[in-house]
Amino acid sequence: MGQAGDISGTITLKGTPPPELEIKQVKEDINCGKLHTEPVKTRFYVVGANGALADVFVTLKGISGKSTGAAAAPAMIDQKGCEYLPYMLAVQTGQKILVKNSDPVLHNIHPTPLAAGNKEENKAQVPGQPDLTFVFPSPEIFLRFKCDVHPWMFAYACVVDHPYFAVSDKDGKYTIKDVPDGKYTLEAYHRKAAPASSPMTAEIEVKGGSVTKDFVLEAK
Amino acid sequence: MTESLPNPWLNRFALLTAGATLALLGIGGLVTSHGVGLAVPDWPNTYGYNMFLFPFSKWVGGILYEHSHRLMAAFVGMLTTILAGWLWARETKDRERWLGLAAIAGVCLLMGVRALPVYLALAAVALVMVPFSLYRIRYHPGSLRWWGIMAFAAVILQGVLGGLRVVWLKDEIGIFHATLAQVFFALTCAIALLTSRWHRARSNGTTLPTHSSVLRFLLMGATLLILLQLVIGATMRHQHAGLAIPDFPFAYGKIWPAMDPASVAQYNQHRQETVAFNPITAAQIALQMIHRITALFIGASVVLCAWAARRDFGAGHFLTRLAQAWVGLVVIQAILGAATVLTGKAADIATLHVMIGALMLALGTVICLVSRYGLVLVRKMDRLERLTPAPFGPQPSAAIGLK
Repeated sequence: MGQAGDISGTITLKGTPPPELEIKQVKEDINCGKLHTEPVKTRFYVVGANGALADVFVTLKGISGKSTGAAAAPAMIDQKGCEYLPYMLAVQTGQKILVKNSDPVLHNIHPTPLAAGNKEENKAQVPGQPDLTFVFPSPEIFLRFKCDVHPWMFAYACVVDHPYFAVSDKDGKYTIKDVPDGKYTLEAYHRKAAPASSPMTAEIEVKGGSVTKDFVLEAK
Repeated sequence: MTESLPNPWLNRFALLTAGATLALLGIGGLVTSHGVGLAVPDWPNTYGYNMFLFPFSKWVGGILYEHSHRLMAAFVGMLTTILAGWLWARETKDRERWLGLAAIAGVCLLMGVRALPVYLALAAVALVMVPFSLYRIRYHPGSLRWWGIMAFAAVILQGVLGGLRVVWLKDEIGIFHATLAQVFFALTCAIALLTSRWHRARSNGTTLPTHSSVLRFLLMGATLLILLQLVIGATMRHQHAGLAIPDFPFAYGKIWPAMDPASVAQYNQHRQETVAFNPITAAQIALQMIHRITALFIGASVVLCAWAARRDFGAGHFLTRLAQAWVGLVVIQAILGAATVLTGKAADIATLHVMIGALMLALGTVICLVSRYGLVLVRKMDRLERLTPAPFGPQPSAAIGLK
């Protein structure tokens, strides 16, 4: 087995994104409205200090059949304050996604996949009910989860066929660990600034140590 | 079989069924406009409860709309069943009467089995009964019992389609469900018309002395155009993508919007959806442009109908007045269509747009029937008068059951 290294970097947003919208339905809902004291807003561009951009999915292009998802620890989506947390999740094919309901209200969890092999389901979850489990066998970028009881609730999962991916945090930072040496194309996806049809790409080479690659996405 | 006299209570009941159907359409429109069609994930139960026993305290969020829609649908189903049975019993006797009523009761009992294969079998039978009823109506236009059977079959089919939309999670079923809802409403309005004294009084051949074939063609054409428009509208709504074009009267600032992949990607990037809408596609943009263009054709054809009716029958004739009311609905609908876009598809405005669309189809159907049945009965009377010239022979109106 050859050597491996990490790929890391910072993702920043250039330009001024449109202001996030208040989700008025939350306030109007008899149950969900009680869970917030501040207005709940959309999360299209989660931008931190110095333009750091969160919720960017970074992955290696062209790798398939390397999934270790069946053995990987489950990923978690929480329903809290009638919002999905996190807004952007990344998992491998075959990896479990647990959906938790931390709210005192009923939700339904309705993934709406588009890739063949990934199953659409619609399951109810009352408060205190054990976590629900979802598994997707096919790769898919931005697989949407939604709640039809509270239609403003939606979040995305990126499903890939290998373990080499990351999602940028609130500081715009990401790290892909243990990438085998070699030349790769790195792809960065963001729901608005770099959609599934046109991700930002960069060529990189991993040779044992760490590789740094920053991305600058543009607000559209 | 002779035709029976109008029964005012039957007519009132038919009107109640039509009114309840319009209310059901409104609630269904709210379900889609709020994007909560799958807020109740099971069917025919509601979160495991028999839907009639679902606790009121749990009617929250999207469940409120979806569950209300189901209960209202059950109410309309019940009204339609009674109406069909009433119409059947009125026009039949002896063995035929009891066989028909037993068949209707049997279908209701089978619906109570609450098993998917049974629902599918009933829907398949209903699918056959609708064209069969149309066939019977064609050859017995004055007989209403087949109108009732058609409505009964349609309501069964509609209920099963609604349930399948939930359990099979297919948006396409929603398009058929929404279209059939509009057609079913027009059907209930037709029954209300045909059971009315107003219609009988105007179908006796004395108030429709001439008939314009051009007008009849125009009326039929405009009604079919409205039906096409409703199918387009249902397709747009049931793709759950929100507004494919966010501006009006232009489309993305142009008379004809760009639909290449790069432009569509850019439109999606600029969207700020606060509910879980699907991304828009070039096909959806094209569909909305077709919807707008079809609206122009509908406006022109309905105005033409009103003009032709006035030319043929005069300003005071009931056909002219109905056609003018049709023009009024077109104007309201155009305003609501623009408002739907300009308000970012506000749920109440979009729902009103759906309801006025349904009323336009229903009124078009009613006008077509008034003109068609008037003509049919005039022809019947002409024929009978030719056959019975003797001064002491049977009166034509009595011979065809008209008083």
